[in-house]
Amino acid sequence: MPLNRATFEITDRPIDAAALTHELRADSAGAYASFEGWVRNLNEGQDVTALDYEAHEPVAVSEGEKILEEALERFGLLAAASRHRVGHLEIGDCAVWVGVSAPHRGSAFEGCRYIIDELKQRLPIWKKEYYLNGHSDWINCVTGRSDAPGGNPTGS
Amino acid sequence: MIDVTARYFAVFREQAGQEAEVLSTDAVTAGELFAQIATRHGFTDPMARCKVAINDELAGWEEELNEGDVVLFFPPVAGG
Repeated sequence: MPLNRATFEITDRPIDAAALTHELRADSAGAYASFEGWVRNLNEGQDVTALDYEAHEPVAVSEGEKILEEALERFGLLAAASRHRVGHLEIGDCAVWVGVSAPHRGSAFEGCRYIIDELKQRLPIWKKEYYLNGHSDWINCVTGRSDAPGGNPTGS
Repeated sequence: MIDVTARYFAVFREQAGQEAEVLSTDAVTAGELFAQIATRHGFTDPMARCKVAINDELAGWEEELNEGDVVLFFPPVAGG
């Protein structure tokens, strides 16, 4: 059994998925599932050139650890780990990584899905997209752009 | 009146033009303080889509403020 069954960190360095996967190993684990979120070149019809991620680390880490603990309990996982990048990322970079080990594949898939869905909803992390046309935008925020994904200023 | 420190992140920091400020306020709750600040700095995101933390702990908008609290205002999040 790994010493740390649930580790979450914010990092400004590339994520070493192979090393993290190794830490999830356990003799009773029959399944491993992972998820990587990558920076893509298109969002809301705009050509994206790069992203800046910002986090409030103390709250992000405590909430991230809480989510991993919830997943261990709910899905009977053996271990879970996740890392989220901050700083400047380019197209194709891995922005977030989640990995879990479990006795069987069902709980591994479900636990991994639960973790990434909750991380996206609950962590104080923001991303600013830079576009080919020179503009930039905070994602999910109302910044005056009528097609912003966060809705519009009238709240309709 | 109490003195608290307000800290702003991402789009809020840009709209407020600063990372943090000390405020003397008659706001009783975190939500009341948000309403005062949102008006003054022209925040465009509705409170219902934002989050607040007090002294690095996530809190509800109804949570009461105390002298010296550090209140963190989080605009809609976009991790992952």
